[in-house]
Amino acid sequence: MPSRENRSGPPHGPGRSVLEKPQNFKVAITRLVKSISIFKVTIIGALILAAISAILSLVAPNRLSDLTDEISKGLALNTNNMEILQEDLLTNLNEEKLPETISGILSLSLDENTIYKVNASNITSEDKSSFNKAMSDMQNNSEDAPKILASLPESVLNIILTDSSFNDVTILKEDKIMMLKSLENFDPQSKDFSFISKLPTSIQKVLFPDSKVSGKLITTEDKVSFITTMSTLDEDSSINEIYKKAESLPESINELLNPSMNMDNIKKIAIFLGVLYILSSLFQYIQGLSMVNVANKYAKKLRTSISLKINKLPLKFFDHNLSGDILSRVTNDVDTIAQSLNQSLANLVSSVTLFLGSIIMMFYTNWIMAITAIVASLIGFFFMTIILGKSQKYFTARQVELGKLNGYIEEVYSGLNVVKTCNAKKETDEKFDELNQKLYDCNRKSQFLSGLMPPVMNFVGNLGYVAVCIVGALLVSNDVITFGVIVAFITYVRLFTNPLSQIAQSMTSLQTTAAASERVFEFLDEEEMSSEKEMTKKLNKSKVKGKIEFQNVKFGYDEDKIIIKDFTATAKPGQKIAIIGPTGAGKTTMVNLLMKFYEINSGDIKIDGISTKELTRENIHSLFTMVLQDTWLFNGTIKENITYNRKNVSDKRIEEVCKVVGIDHFIRTMPKGYDSILSDNDSVSAGQRQLLTIARGMIEDAPFLILDEATSNVDTRTEELVQKAMDKLMEGKTSFIIAHRLSTIKNADLILVMKEGNIIETGTHKSLMKQNGFYASLYNSQFESVK
Amino acid sequence: MIKLLKNLQKKDIPYAIICVILIVAQVWLELKMPDYMANITQLVQTQSSSMKEIIKQGAYMLSCAMGSLVSACIVGYLVAKIAASFSLRTRAKLFKKVENISMQEIKSFSTSSLITRTTNDITQIEMLIAMGLQLMIKAPITAVWAITKILGKSIEWSVITAIAVAILLVTISILMMIVMPRFKIVQKLIDKVNLVTRENLNGIRVVRAFNAEKYQEDKFEEVNNNLTKTQLFNQRAFTIMSPIMYLVLYFLTLSIYFVGAILIDKANLSDKIVLFGNMIVFSSYAMQVIISFLMLAMIFMMLPRADVSAKRINEVLDTEITIKNGKVTKNKNGLAGTIEFKNVSFKYPDADEYIIKDISFTANKGETIAFIGSTGSGKSTLINLIPRFYDVTDGEILINGIDVRDYDEEYLHDVIGYVPQKAVMFSGTVSSNVSYGSVRGGKPNKKKIEEAIKVSQADEFVSKLDKKYDSHIAQGGTNISGGQKQRLSIARTIARNPEIYIFDDSFSALDYKTDVTLRKELKKYTKDATNIIVAQRIGTIMQADKIIVLDKGKCVGIGTHRELLKKCKVYKEIALSQITKEELENA
Repeated sequence: MPSRENRSGPPHGPGRSVLEKPQNFKVAITRLVKSISIFKVTIIGALILAAISAILSLVAPNRLSDLTDEISKGLALNTNNMEILQEDLLTNLNEEKLPETISGILSLSLDENTIYKVNASNITSEDKSSFNKAMSDMQNNSEDAPKILASLPESVLNIILTDSSFNDVTILKEDKIMMLKSLENFDPQSKDFSFISKLPTSIQKVLFPDSKVSGKLITTEDKVSFITTMSTLDEDSSINEIYKKAESLPESINELLNPSMNMDNIKKIAIFLGVLYILSSLFQYIQGLSMVNVANKYAKKLRTSISLKINKLPLKFFDHNLSGDILSRVTNDVDTIAQSLNQSLANLVSSVTLFLGSIIMMFYTNWIMAITAIVASLIGFFFMTIILGKSQKYFTARQVELGKLNGYIEEVYSGLNVVKTCNAKKETDEKFDELNQKLYDCNRKSQFLSGLMPPVMNFVGNLGYVAVCIVGALLVSNDVITFGVIVAFITYVRLFTNPLSQIAQSMTSLQTTAAASERVFEFLDEEEMSSEKEMTKKLNKSKVKGKIEFQNVKFGYDEDKIIIKDFTATAKPGQKIAIIGPTGAGKTTMVNLLMKFYEINSGDIKIDGISTKELTRENIHSLFTMVLQDTWLFNGTIKENITYNRKNVSDKRIEEVCKVVGIDHFIRTMPKGYDSILSDNDSVSAGQRQLLTIARGMIEDAPFLILDEATSNVDTRTEELVQKAMDKLMEGKTSFIIAHRLSTIKNADLILVMKEGNIIETGTHKSLMKQNGFYASLYNSQFESVK
Repeated sequence: MIKLLKNLQKKDIPYAIICVILIVAQVWLELKMPDYMANITQLVQTQSSSMKEIIKQGAYMLSCAMGSLVSACIVGYLVAKIAASFSLRTRAKLFKKVENISMQEIKSFSTSSLITRTTNDITQIEMLIAMGLQLMIKAPITAVWAITKILGKSIEWSVITAIAVAILLVTISILMMIVMPRFKIVQKLIDKVNLVTRENLNGIRVVRAFNAEKYQEDKFEEVNNNLTKTQLFNQRAFTIMSPIMYLVLYFLTLSIYFVGAILIDKANLSDKIVLFGNMIVFSSYAMQVIISFLMLAMIFMMLPRADVSAKRINEVLDTEITIKNGKVTKNKNGLAGTIEFKNVSFKYPDADEYIIKDISFTANKGETIAFIGSTGSGKSTLINLIPRFYDVTDGEILINGIDVRDYDEEYLHDVIGYVPQKAVMFSGTVSSNVSYGSVRGGKPNKKKIEEAIKVSQADEFVSKLDKKYDSHIAQGGTNISGGQKQRLSIARTIARNPEIYIFDDSFSALDYKTDVTLRKELKKYTKDATNIIVAQRIGTIMQADKIIVLDKGKCVGIGTHRELLKKCKVYKEIALSQITKEELENA
């Protein structure tokens, strides 16, 4: 038996190219789709799930970018609060309000009483005159009052100002003077607030009263400290400096200005994403499960159909087809189809969805970024196509070389005894080395090129990443997009590049699948044996008398190559008919016709007068006991092999038969006796195998017996023993014996001598010897002297 | 596995070292990339940063990617070279080993298994080296490196990553535990499907003759069911793989971001941006860690299968060559064509029973010695001892006075010409098959080939072929019949012009007439040659100078046909089973 172990290899046997192309892709796929339509609902469901799952994973990046945006909100100072705070701080400092506040603080009443007081005081006349000048100035220009006041000599101020209270704050005279001095140089247009820290506390309290900003109480001190800190910064200060400074701010302000994240929003997005991921993977799982189910059930169905088909095909089919080829359809091809169903189909759908979806999403999000990502990826794919194109060539070459080497190894290993005795080791080694070297070259190249794919893919991904980042940064700095968009695009680039290579992969695998299904369906479409439904006649096994007539039988395996021309003969009940002739003469053809393995071209074969054309094959088979030259035993116990397909055979009967054919003793020496398992490479010799098949044939009584070289593997002594048993078996039965050992058939009632497909002589041994024709010469050659 | 990998040559070591260095560089470059990514993110975040800086960082990152690509290409090239040359050498080694181990070992391995070992098994390991070698070096380096890069950054994130890795590893190992043993079962079941189908195909006539179609179909259905069930289980279990991987990868990012949000929220103002950058970097390193663990898991999935292959290859390579070559390359004693068995016994090393027990005989130049006996009597084994397919257990076989074990094999095979039971044909032409191998250091010339074909009665069909001697012969000779193959196989030996011919039941596929003519012509052509013939037919051996009758490995009679008829009961039985008494006496 040829290597069973070959199966452990790759799904495709030697010599068969990995990149197989079907003859007609469309037809093959249509046929496949049609045959699989019983699983339609499941498949469509699975494909929909695959698409949904792909769409879900497309939505995810956008949400992830939202999440990033939310988080990055927590990085910058709270500008909103900052504005409110600023406004709050400036309420008392703006141009309209400031004079009002100041006059309130001063609570100056420049009435006659005061003027008198000044003039009556003992200050210098100079001071007095400046006071008077100021008074008149103030009357003309009341807005500049504080400035004018500030320019007054202290002595005057001491007189005109008094302790007072404003907005519940008691302001001392000295404080007022200090304030006037500080304000002297203040210009509301300039942003220089450095003087504020120098103001007396009472004034500060009035200017920056405790207040609530965004619901937070900010004290005067905090306000002042904030203003002071901020005033140390200038326009050129870097962000980091600002943030450093900000840390030293009073707590209340810090709380107000510190970046804050909307944790609720973040939680919401996170939960949304979590659910999305779970759903997406759940769909993926369900989809996977259903495709696994469909693939395996379909594979099983295909295998069953092939198995059923084998028994419906005419034997003719098996003359032209190697069993290895059919076997590879049952296993390799069906496997390929199942695998591609399992993986490629759903993969293809989700890849296409992802591919299209990511393009749409990218353009939807930002078209400039979309073009960037696509162009960057396309550059990569350009290289990939080049590599793929190159490597395909080497892969095919590799497969071819591997096939050649395999064939050569097989040849040498199976003829090793000849290799040795012909001193051909050197010759075989040379040829082997040559083939091995060729394979090495192809191996190296194909391995290298296929190994390039992942790094190139990786590079494409990175290229896309950088391109997206750079263009993204440009757009962010121009406020066209937010940072989150970049994050989203980083994912899109990946989502976009992955499916492309997967689509390419799926397409190749679909090609192989199409080729595989072509082969499977080709087999399933083979013409079957003619239907036997209309056949109503039936011969009862126990009532058959045993007459067989050949009437002008004409037959050829090929229509135009007739090998049996007009053969007529009659086998009477109980007769022994022998068919002899050299190898290849077509002896077995007669058996094939008798058993209706093949249909005759014209003429008729009749059993008990009924044409075999009117009998079912099953009926005919049941009338014959047949022992063939090839010792066909299957993997199973000896008992199973002997009873084969017949029920109610007692153990006693089995033993009886085995004793008759002389195999009983041998069976008993086996470890488990009749229950020992037969396999290929055990100690059962060819002769013993043949005896077992003879036992199988003898176990049941049938009116006709066919022995086709039944004892060719048994040595002549054993044969003699078996012969006796068979003679007993043949008693009263019409039997056909094919043999090339002439001794076996001498006592036949009718000998048919065949040569090159023709029956050239018929008669008994005696009459044929008398004819002195082919039979006689064949017979005599046994005894011819060599010397 | 490791033992087999020792077949990697010294010359591969520098390549391997270069590979390791390049892979380290590659990992370094790849891990450098997230840093640039972080820089880019930070730059993008801060509005004041200049475009120039971003492009600069982008360029750095791209050059890292380019560097890693170039290094990956070189590594790929070297690894492909290492893997391919490994398989080249191992295959050659295995092939040459198989040529030299004894027939008995070949039988115990079975030819088909040896073929698979020389092809598929080696391919398996080649694949592992080609794919695994890179991963095997890269994955741990990446994992460790990436871990060290992120380890200090944040406990929270590290814990999350660790949990993700743990989930992945646990899932994978549970799956492996459940599925692995079943994978082996699947393999067996596929074999079974094959077996049952082949059974049906090979025995199609028997199946039909016994109306056993249903029986076979039921049998097939059972195996088919089992296979489908096991496959379904395996694949269903495996289906969970990709959703879980997907979940772990995405949840890891999500968790890092979410935890990052909390951390950033709590952090000092000035730390926030740094933390944010770290978060992005961390998530990409964490991905690297996960991916490298996945790569490791992949190797572990590939390993068992390759290991089985490695074991099978080693089994053959470790087989001891029991047939040791001798040194004699000359005929010293001036004898020719003599062969002597001295108390030869043979049994398989582990067997208790002798297959051949105490056989002695001598054949002189020009004599024909024939062996006959029932199936399993040891005829074939006996003559297989002469070309040393096996070596005797006891006793000795002398050719021209020298023990066969002392001869140089090539010289021995020049002296003897062996024709096997089953004719072996090689793909090629008629004449390449006849002139196969070498004899006395050369090849038979054209005249010799033509003569040999004539003598072997092959001329009759060769002359009818399209291209005569140059006609194509398919592998295994499938395009010619059994009898034709046998005749060419005999011609091959005739062309070698040996002193001693050994025919191991080599006439069985010939009809009586051809058999007789062939032997007549042969006798004429090789007058001086000694013939050793094993046969089943009495007719084939009747004329032998000496007939040795074997029964259960023992010699039960030696003599001529007539002598044996008189004195040997076994011989007489055999003879009478083939021809009648009168015919025997008449002959």
